[in-house]
Amino acid sequence: MNQKVNAPTQFEFDGAYIGQFGGQFVPQLLMPALQQLNKAFEASLVDNDFQTELKRLLKEYAGRPTPVTECTSYARINQSRIFLKREDLLHGGAHKTNQVLAQALLAKKMGKHRIIAETGAGQHGVATALACALLGLKATIYMGKKDCDRQAPNVFRMQLMGAEVIPVDNGSASLKDAINESLRDWASSYETTHYLLGTVAGPAPFPKMVRTFQKIIGEEAKQQMKELIGQLPDAVIACVGGGSNAIGIFADFIKDEQVRLIGVEPAGKGLDTNAHGATLLKGHEGILHGARTYVMQDKEGQVQESHSVSAGLDYPAVGPEHVHLMTSGRAEYVSVTDEEALEAFQELSKSEGIIPALESSHALAYAKKLAAESTEPLNILVNLSGRGDKDLAHVMSILNSSN
Amino acid sequence: MRYNKLFNSLKERNQLAYIPFLLLGDPTEELSLKLIDTLVKNGADALELGFAFSDPVADGPVIQAASLRPLTNGFYVDAGFKLISQVRAKYPDLPIGILTYANLVFAPGIEQFYDKAARSGVDSVLIADCPVEERDLFSAAARNCSIDTVYIAPPDAGPSSLELIANYSQGYTYVLSRKGITGTENSQQETGTDLIEQLKQLQAPPLVQGFGISKPEHVLQAAEAGVDGIITGSAIVNLINEHYNTPDKMLDLVADYAKTMSDAAHNARHQLKMVHTIEKGSNYVDSGNNQTAAAGNGTAS
Ligand SMILES: Cc1ncc(COP(=O)(O)O)c(C=O)c1O
Repeated sequence: MNQKVNAPTQFEFDGAYIGQFGGQFVPQLLMPALQQLNKAFEASLVDNDFQTELKRLLKEYAGRPTPVTECTSYARINQSRIFLKREDLLHGGAHKTNQVLAQALLAKKMGKHRIIAETGAGQHGVATALACALLGLKATIYMGKKDCDRQAPNVFRMQLMGAEVIPVDNGSASLKDAINESLRDWASSYETTHYLLGTVAGPAPFPKMVRTFQKIIGEEAKQQMKELIGQLPDAVIACVGGGSNAIGIFADFIKDEQVRLIGVEPAGKGLDTNAHGATLLKGHEGILHGARTYVMQDKEGQVQESHSVSAGLDYPAVGPEHVHLMTSGRAEYVSVTDEEALEAFQELSKSEGIIPALESSHALAYAKKLAAESTEPLNILVNLSGRGDKDLAHVMSILNSSN
Repeated sequence: MRYNKLFNSLKERNQLAYIPFLLLGDPTEELSLKLIDTLVKNGADALELGFAFSDPVADGPVIQAASLRPLTNGFYVDAGFKLISQVRAKYPDLPIGILTYANLVFAPGIEQFYDKAARSGVDSVLIADCPVEERDLFSAAARNCSIDTVYIAPPDAGPSSLELIANYSQGYTYVLSRKGITGTENSQQETGTDLIEQLKQLQAPPLVQGFGISKPEHVLQAAEAGVDGIITGSAIVNLINEHYNTPDKMLDLVADYAKTMSDAAHNARHQLKMVHTIEKGSNYVDSGNNQTAAAGNGTAS
């Protein structure tokens, strides 16, 4: 055990909070639904049948464990080595499937037959649609109109698997507004419906629950790194939208203080413009979607619109645990622009034969920067949170219009 | 204090309170003031005033659409407090409640928000996305500024939540008619006398029912269930949405509407009493007692 680690409970949830962040800032009306969910979640942790069924689904249906792949040439700078945790190979095409299967099982346990979910990139919607198809649940997916357009293949994927996709045209017509609509639906439907939130944001118990069901990413990767290089990586890098793939790969490394944990936020067109989604770097403490967390907002508390080339990172808030990891100094947060992410997207495709999601491309771009800036060779573990098939049309149109 | 006075005097007159909701600065600052005058002139006993918020998760399409007007005009919280000061100067005894979202209270600094509220003459603050379980974040600041905190009692609240709501709600208790978000489409009232009885037993402050109340018959139902007042929100905001381009017509329609609803609230208990007397009368007739023949005739038609 590392001696320098602070109080061991410092990075655990205490009730609805982690540090001073989190909570349950929802209409009173939704409290019974959250209380019921919390009970079911806590019970599932010690329910052998539940855990066995979840493990079986993750292995036989979703394809866990996912491999770690060392890059042959991407960012091989200063003899640094880049390792990719291949969540892109998970069924559904992104890390989202891990926790969706778990929540869908929970929904069944609670006797709910309908699922609602928000989605940005469409990956969480796809994961929800597939889990619902598998488990015989009815799925309604809210998706910003803007995101329906830029992630069109995923809309069709969801529909093919029997989900109803409802485009959300109010506000910024992206992820934030899809969450608003989901909460509004849930306010009248919670008796029969589970809100399957897709990231470590939202009111308790979602941040803790989604973390619990995503931490398998880091647990596997830690073991795999030990097998591959006989030691822990120097740095673990992941992109941060709401923050679930990042928490998923960070969680098991938090107590290993020598491992740098680096979250990459979308700098969009630049941090000095208004067109970015770097909530942790540029936002302020606030309350949105049920949690006390960081929010991109003006002085009077009106929430601002975020921007990112990647729909999955286009969110003006962030999961409360990331705020705690940042303010406590345990994790670092940096940013990568649209342009840098697009470059990494193409470069990984060319050099490794792996087309990454635009979201994950942010983490890849920063891994390259880190390797380039380091004076010593580093072992860098990157969470390749998803595959880029959903982004092909969008990237093609961007590249064509810039030529 | 103002709520106390109001509910005591309404009790003496056996009347329900009529409390309309408006978004501050909607459709413009000037018309917002005129709308408030119109409501007070037409029987509003207190006001529930909302700050427009970018992400109103408890609101349906009507109030969402309306929120865009103040937001587009840059009419934010500070402007809202200024407007309230003017209303307070005109109506020194009128209870004024604020309905808002947590981030608008949090962002400027919680103490500052309540201080501004107190200075502008606000009596109560209801934060739509702060359940009683999260009261600690805001309660000290509210108390220091002598602002009442109102909590919502929803249909499915468990016994421990209900107890907290009854204990901590001040000024009045906001009783939800039904599940869901604000709007008039769904006016089916789910809140049974059960919830209302429980709240009364817990000695909650006066019960004011809202969500989906838009017609006089809803007011009668609410009176029957035993509440002390009613709130209408989306019904008026809908009139504003439809007619804000023709302000005179808008004000006329709002005046008519407020008059209808305040009459309904003020007469509801008397009306119920009559209905009950008549029902009782018909029972007597059925059982062969002809003392109340007149009432019996009334129900025979
Ligand atoms: C591939 C991929 N990575 C990352 C994200 C961002 O979400 P989170 O920060 O919760 O991992 C998304 C969201 O849609 C995604 O599809």
